[in-house]
Amino acid sequence: MSSSERAAALPQWTRATSTWRDALLVTWAVARRDRFALAGLVIYGVLLVVALAAPVVAPYNPQDLNYRPDGEVAANEVPSLPHWLGTTNLGRDIFSQVLFGARAALVVGFVAAFGVVVLGTLVGLFAGYYSGWVDMLLMRLADVAFGIPFLPMAIVLVAFLGPSIWNTVLVMVLLLWRDTGRVIRAQVLSLRTRSYVEAARVLGASHLRTMFVHIAPNVLPLSFLYGSLAVGWAILTEATISFLGFGDPNVISWGFMLQDAYNSQAMARHAFYWFVPPGLCIMLAVMAGFFIGRGYEELLFPRLRRR
Amino acid sequence: MSHLLEVTDLRKEYPLQSGLLSAVMGSRRVVHAVNGVSFVLDEGGSLGLAGESGCGKTTTAKLILRLLHPTAGSIRFAGRDVAALDGSDLLSYRRQVQFIFQNPYEALNPRFTILRSLLEPLIIHEIGQSIAERVERVAGALDRVHLNPPETFFLKYPHQLSGGQLQRVVIARALLVDPVLLVADEPVSMLDVSIRAGVLNLMRELSRERKLTTIYISHDLALIRYMCSVTAVMYLGTICEIGPTEEVIEHPRHPYTQALVSAVPDPDPTRPRRPVEIADTVPTPFQLPAGCPFADRCPQVMEVCRHLRPLLLPVDAGVRVACHLYPDSTPRTAEGYGAKMEPH
Repeated sequence: MSSSERAAALPQWTRATSTWRDALLVTWAVARRDRFALAGLVIYGVLLVVALAAPVVAPYNPQDLNYRPDGEVAANEVPSLPHWLGTTNLGRDIFSQVLFGARAALVVGFVAAFGVVVLGTLVGLFAGYYSGWVDMLLMRLADVAFGIPFLPMAIVLVAFLGPSIWNTVLVMVLLLWRDTGRVIRAQVLSLRTRSYVEAARVLGASHLRTMFVHIAPNVLPLSFLYGSLAVGWAILTEATISFLGFGDPNVISWGFMLQDAYNSQAMARHAFYWFVPPGLCIMLAVMAGFFIGRGYEELLFPRLRRR
Repeated sequence: MSHLLEVTDLRKEYPLQSGLLSAVMGSRRVVHAVNGVSFVLDEGGSLGLAGESGCGKTTTAKLILRLLHPTAGSIRFAGRDVAALDGSDLLSYRRQVQFIFQNPYEALNPRFTILRSLLEPLIIHEIGQSIAERVERVAGALDRVHLNPPETFFLKYPHQLSGGQLQRVVIARALLVDPVLLVADEPVSMLDVSIRAGVLNLMRELSRERKLTTIYISHDLALIRYMCSVTAVMYLGTICEIGPTEEVIEHPRHPYTQALVSAVPDPDPTRPRRPVEIADTVPTPFQLPAGCPFADRCPQVMEVCRHLRPLLLPVDAGVRVACHLYPDSTPRTAEGYGAKMEPH
């Protein structure tokens, strides 16, 4: 091949050399070989579409009171054609609330998981790579985070910082990075002794370059595994906090709906149409996270498959 | 006149226990991985480090490459102390000194394509103006190690290549930065016997062509004889004999070298073999004998060997030996205990 021919083929070669793209392709590989992971991805895909389309698709504003033709508030209605899942005790449309709940769930789930992955991976990389006092400091911090009971701490912090969806996310990131950090550190400890990491040093790569260019792509699949589990955890935690009444009162979430239903004795009235749909949605969203995590696990630890 | 590489009384110790108890008790048990190694290497020279596993060959190499920091002693490269280098000086040192790894299967990042791995040194040292120029250089480097046509290897991942091909890629990567000194740690021990000669010939040809200074580390005396003009035999972290390769191998002076040479299989079955038997196994490197490190196993051990450490001093024909059988090695004063060995 002459040099001019090489120049022509250049874009094709450079595109294929992006290691981050390579790591992202792993997700697709996981979905292709594992039906559960595929199901998880499909669930998230549907939720994403619902969340984006909620303002267009939802028949009513989820916060609006609805009225009957005679001017009465349409409270505690059973499912009917205008209100597919009935209404709440304040006359709000439950179906619209379920649709809008997907927004809160996805925002909380993915932002929190992103934060957990970024923070946990950074902590793991620095602790594992530098070892010594950096490792000591970061891992003792992780120990402290492990020692804090998760839910009570989350409730106290949210109560202290004020009930907002972003505070809920912040609390989860501050408490959930510990698992990711520990696992990534262990992986980095083993990777840093590999010849190719030493080779990077011999070639003159700086510490940061060695960490982020040479080691990070090799721990990224593990980060994704913990990220997908964190999505599930975050959605579940948000629901719990909202159900306990510490959630953001201005955001309709599935946990908020459950709390609303509980407080207005929907269960005593056997209003299944009110509390079952948000409950099912929470379950599906959390399951989807764990399904994807399971797929990653099988890819990372192939020996698990036979058990 | 100064040497390209000057290693003086190099030491690397690893603490065996770093617990609170041993700190209080004051009993510091350490492993002496490298225990006072000194040698010099001139530009264009080739040095072979021979010795059995665990004798400190690889640690010495990693110290020279500054992958490890020495406990004591110094390494001077082109007159400058390697341990003191930082910033751009260190980067320039990294460019001048390159390493060939023992295991080619591990020396390349499994998530990088070959092209990506080979672009890395050019990116780090900012060699080449454009990506196109860098790709040209990579193609040239692959061509020089006889991986043809180079483009077919660009998008391959390490697991798609054979061991011999991988080691050629590793060699190509090391040469991309135009090094002055090339250190090779058992460059062919992980490769199939049938392709070893090819890789060795390639390395010999390339280092002649570029007037490289080379250090080969191997347990294989035949390899060192083929590749190196000077041979140093290491035992338990020290050099016990160093000199011109032919002299060291044809007329070994140190009893350990004699044993090592006699253990090399000879392809000529009619030639009489005089195996030199040595007893026992290597002493653990944290309980070094007070005298000569080889004393416990030496077939010609004398009383003096048990308590006085011999110095590495010239004997004849340019060979230096650390053995009491050669009177010059015996220090004349009590300072001889672990005394510093002068480089020449």
